[in-house]
Amino acid sequence: MWSFFHKLGSPPWLFGIAGSILRWLLPITLVALAVGLVWGLLFTHPDFRQGNSYRIIYIHVPAAVVALAGYYVMAIAGAVSLIWKMKMADVAMKACAPIGAALTFIALVTGSIWGKPTWGTWWVWDARITSMLILLFLYLGVVALYEAYDNKEAASKACAVLSLVGTVNIPIIYKSVDWWYSLHQPASIKFTGESTIDASMLYPLLLMIVAFYGLFTCCMLLNMRAELVEREARTNWVRKLAGAGARR
Amino acid sequence: MILQAWLARLDQNLYFRSVDSLMDMDGHGAFVWSAYLIAGLVLVAIVVVPVRRKRKFLDRLAGELKRREGGPKAMKEGD
Repeated sequence: MWSFFHKLGSPPWLFGIAGSILRWLLPITLVALAVGLVWGLLFTHPDFRQGNSYRIIYIHVPAAVVALAGYYVMAIAGAVSLIWKMKMADVAMKACAPIGAALTFIALVTGSIWGKPTWGTWWVWDARITSMLILLFLYLGVVALYEAYDNKEAASKACAVLSLVGTVNIPIIYKSVDWWYSLHQPASIKFTGESTIDASMLYPLLLMIVAFYGLFTCCMLLNMRAELVEREARTNWVRKLAGAGARR
Repeated sequence: MILQAWLARLDQNLYFRSVDSLMDMDGHGAFVWSAYLIAGLVLVAIVVVPVRRKRKFLDRLAGELKRREGGPKAMKEGD
């Protein structure tokens, strides 16, 4: 167990294992995305109230779910970096921020587009949507903070603190539709109790959520590999990699 | 036989019967397809950006290392 944590602290080992995971996870993720999309777009029936506009659910919900889960990953990496000064945790935290921002952006934009035919408006300042917008600013804040500092250690500390403080927003997003009156519908998928979505619509949605988790992991590993070679530019393993040409 | 039966079942469950009806989606096509287009572009970007970033950095580093190795010789040739 402890030897695994020691290995995690080694940049060349992490770079290699990330590459090995990507070799099988990326193709599986792409296949799952393709199957989920075709299933959801072509082989499900329209919603009895929303018609075909509901098909936006197959990107909106997975993007939102993984954006929220990704924030926890970023915050946990931030906590590890802050408490144990583990540099690889800092690399992981930095890798999460742009992906989380992109997924939150997708959730907001697709939600807005879905809102027009469903609610008759592109945007309302209700609790769910506003707290998602705050999530986007938190992610962008972490990205911007990293760029703002010349000192990497100070940047890492500031970003870890911002990530940890921002976790307060996540349960608010989850519970916003229950705590306040909102145009946004409550959760359709329930872990306890029966889901309010038909099984024929639910299965492609679950597949898309799994695919988005895979995509988040792949993008995180890709970002980590890019960050690692930049941080370790002076080491022999990165110089060897640069000399390897197409094989890297 | 199994494949044929499976394909027949797929065809039975296919909701849209023409490309036009798929694009139109009973009047919701513009909303659905624009949402998918924007999401697709962002998703492609988050995969491509780190791959290009790493490749560019390693190419630059390889160039620097080559220049350093053949430094004085290269300068002579340049003169």
